[in-house]
Amino acid sequence: MDLDPQRNVTKIGTGSLSEGSLSRRTFLKVSAAAGGGLLLSFLLPRTIWSKETAGATTGNTFFPNAFIRIGRDGRVTLIMPYVEMGQGTYTSIPMLIAEELEVDLTHVTLEAAPPDEQHYANSIFQIQATGGSTSVRAAWEPLRLAGATARTMLVSAAAQTWKVDPTACRAEQGEVIHATSGRRLKYGKLVDAVARIPIPDHVALKAPEDFSLIGTSAKRLDSPDKVNGKAQFSIDVIVPGMKVATVAACPVFGGTLIGVDDSQTKQITGVRQVVLLDDAVAVIADHMWAAKQGLAALDIEWNEGPHAYLSSAEIIRQLEAALLKPGVIARKDGDVSKAMAGAATKIEALYQMPFLAHATMEPVSCTVHVRKDSCDVWVGSQVLARAQATVADVTGLPKEKIHMHNQLLGGGFGRRLEVDFITQAAQIAKQVDGPVKVVWTREEDIQHDIYRPYYCDRMMAGLDKHGMPVAWSHRSAGSSIYARWHPPAFKDGLDPDVLEGAAEPPPPYALPAMLVEYVRQEPPGIPTGFWRGVGPTHNVFVVESFIDELAAAAKKDPVEYRLALLGTSPRAKVVLELAAERAGWGQPLPEGCGRGVSVQFVFGSYVAQVVEVQVAKNGEVRVPRVVCAVDCGVVVNPDTVKAQMEGGIMFGLAAALFSEITIKNGRVEQGNFNDYRTLRINEAPAIEVYLVKSGEAPGGIGEPGTSALAPALTNAIFAASGTRIRKLPVNRAELRSAML
Amino acid sequence: MVTLNINGKDCEANVPDDMPLLWVLRDVLGMTGTKFGCGIAQCGVCTVHVDGQPIRSCIMPVVGVRGKKIMTIESVGQTLTGAKVQKAWLDLEVVQCGYCQSGQIMCAAALLAAKPHPNDADIDAAMAGTICRCGTYTRIRAAIKLAAQPT
Repeated sequence: MDLDPQRNVTKIGTGSLSEGSLSRRTFLKVSAAAGGGLLLSFLLPRTIWSKETAGATTGNTFFPNAFIRIGRDGRVTLIMPYVEMGQGTYTSIPMLIAEELEVDLTHVTLEAAPPDEQHYANSIFQIQATGGSTSVRAAWEPLRLAGATARTMLVSAAAQTWKVDPTACRAEQGEVIHATSGRRLKYGKLVDAVARIPIPDHVALKAPEDFSLIGTSAKRLDSPDKVNGKAQFSIDVIVPGMKVATVAACPVFGGTLIGVDDSQTKQITGVRQVVLLDDAVAVIADHMWAAKQGLAALDIEWNEGPHAYLSSAEIIRQLEAALLKPGVIARKDGDVSKAMAGAATKIEALYQMPFLAHATMEPVSCTVHVRKDSCDVWVGSQVLARAQATVADVTGLPKEKIHMHNQLLGGGFGRRLEVDFITQAAQIAKQVDGPVKVVWTREEDIQHDIYRPYYCDRMMAGLDKHGMPVAWSHRSAGSSIYARWHPPAFKDGLDPDVLEGAAEPPPPYALPAMLVEYVRQEPPGIPTGFWRGVGPTHNVFVVESFIDELAAAAKKDPVEYRLALLGTSPRAKVVLELAAERAGWGQPLPEGCGRGVSVQFVFGSYVAQVVEVQVAKNGEVRVPRVVCAVDCGVVVNPDTVKAQMEGGIMFGLAAALFSEITIKNGRVEQGNFNDYRTLRINEAPAIEVYLVKSGEAPGGIGEPGTSALAPALTNAIFAASGTRIRKLPVNRAELRSAML
Repeated sequence: MVTLNINGKDCEANVPDDMPLLWVLRDVLGMTGTKFGCGIAQCGVCTVHVDGQPIRSCIMPVVGVRGKKIMTIESVGQTLTGAKVQKAWLDLEVVQCGYCQSGQIMCAAALLAAKPHPNDADIDAAMAGTICRCGTYTRIRAAIKLAAQPT
């Protein structure tokens, strides 16, 4: 068989909807399933940006990474590499299959893919991961093609049975129907025959106007068990004989454990054991209460290590110093120095963004049972194969002896792309006889997170005599998450996360001369990681704040100014006009109120937001309303898109208004929701989301809502108060003095 | 040994008097629908009803609820108000990750039991103690109003 998966899967993102000419056999295999029925094995792309299916083929060997099983009972099972963490993927991905296969959505059962880096690697990360707003983007075409292939073959099998022309038959609701005779055969009766017929060379995908499921707000399949307490998250796992543990790592990053006096702890009823690690202590108990009390009763001596005197001020000083150095060139269009020299006006601004914790509502937890020759792990992870690998490392057992049981995630936002807590749980469990559930307290969760990096940016622009930009220079200093998390993606001093929204893709504006530079500056000791919206939450804030500053310098309306620069980005223009119109842009507001706008193209989607704020004399900021317009290509589930935008907006607003992790004496100063403030319902705006009808391939929706929010908010604060916010979170004390 | 009335049934737990109700429910009785979020009554995901009042079980010593009627997310659907809240939650697709929703639903059910027709200020007052990081707040507000409508 000719096996060349590249050709087809690289078409993701091209926007074509009718793929009837593609050869199915290049990416798909059909075989008899073990235990009867039909198995379709196919390939989801591993990367969107590089348009490669790296590692998917070795010579002529085909490594599929997704599977659909149709049983003799007609049940359709999708073995899915993505995990559910609230984004609705357990509903939207099966919708793609159900649509083309002509089965009811409720007849598609999900099975979580086992940990297997080679087979289930996908998405931008090239490892088995759910994140980066990639699931629907990656699955859109291959899942529909797989469904359509199966449907075509089921129809052929029925036609052969009846000895009629396949074109006289159609598939509907899990059966094949011969229109003229009215004969019907259920899929389950056909699967064994299908396994024996060749894969067709040409398969017709349904035309968008024939979609009966895609584009509808199908009900989420995971909701019913989440309103009655039945849904099981990692922290809810109960295994017979299980103990509960809680843990304290050295409060200073990079510090180690010297010793522990546990005499008080061992007096506490329910405490069973104290486990020492190189950099942490765990108390193993019958329940969390005893474990927590036991931990509090320990007298621990730490070697605080090299970062004992580290402070936020020192980290910021290093970043500011880095910003003075030229960086690696991320993008260079035209001659910026020449254009800058010829500019009528020059504008410069510095921006800063803080460290942020994820603060998922479910603190991280992991249950591990280490036995002599095998191990079971129950955890909610965005990176299941990595989770398995780290447990194999710690226990010394082969990977195939580590049985992973993935659970629902009580929020991900990037936190569960890390395996630090899984490594630690395995280290603890190795010293415990029987299964142990390790649960972090909220304080541990906030003080030992992997943080969204601190960033410093310097923006410079030259404007012509009409106030329009002729030169654009953006220099950014901060941590590269990829350099640690997936080193191959950090190439020549750059990575895709650093670039997105600043250099590749660039801002959507026509900027004739443009220079984007990146200076990698890692904070000493502080681990940095992905956080909802990742690179774009940083780049879009800087770019959209600065473009607003240019509009102000040109004394032009922020929406008009942007529109004048969006001539080459028609989709960006449409979302901006739509958001501005629905928000009533330009209509008068009471004193102290203002509107701000942002527009972006990141994660493959176009988003514009208009935020309305009210700034009180005491510097308090209230946000009554956010209007959001989205063009994310074809919409699979409109209600899910809206929900993700709403959630993304709230997440971005919480961070921009309130959230900040600061370091003193090598320690995180915040510890719980009392001092790591997030958004509450009384602070939540009314949100309107408008979707642009589009035939383009789907873009991501999990994160764009977050990245667009902060600049629209701070631009609104500028409109309301005249104060330009260049440092997040919004400093209300500064705003108060400015309001006097 | 403490005797507790949970969801209409008496049960016994051999736990210290000062142990918070949350951990008795989750780690001793195996009722994991009630969630742990902060341990200091800041996030509300551990909310249960005690004699109809919403309380934060993470700071409520178990001795304080002896002899009282405790209701958790596992049985709130058996009350008329609780069932209406759960239905409204599903009708409006409130849920995302779902982890905080037990607490949100318990707070909303207590609000509606006390105030069948809450206004926005009532909703803010009753719900501001319960954090949702997925940002489902606009839908929570709408779902409470939907649940308040006569059936």
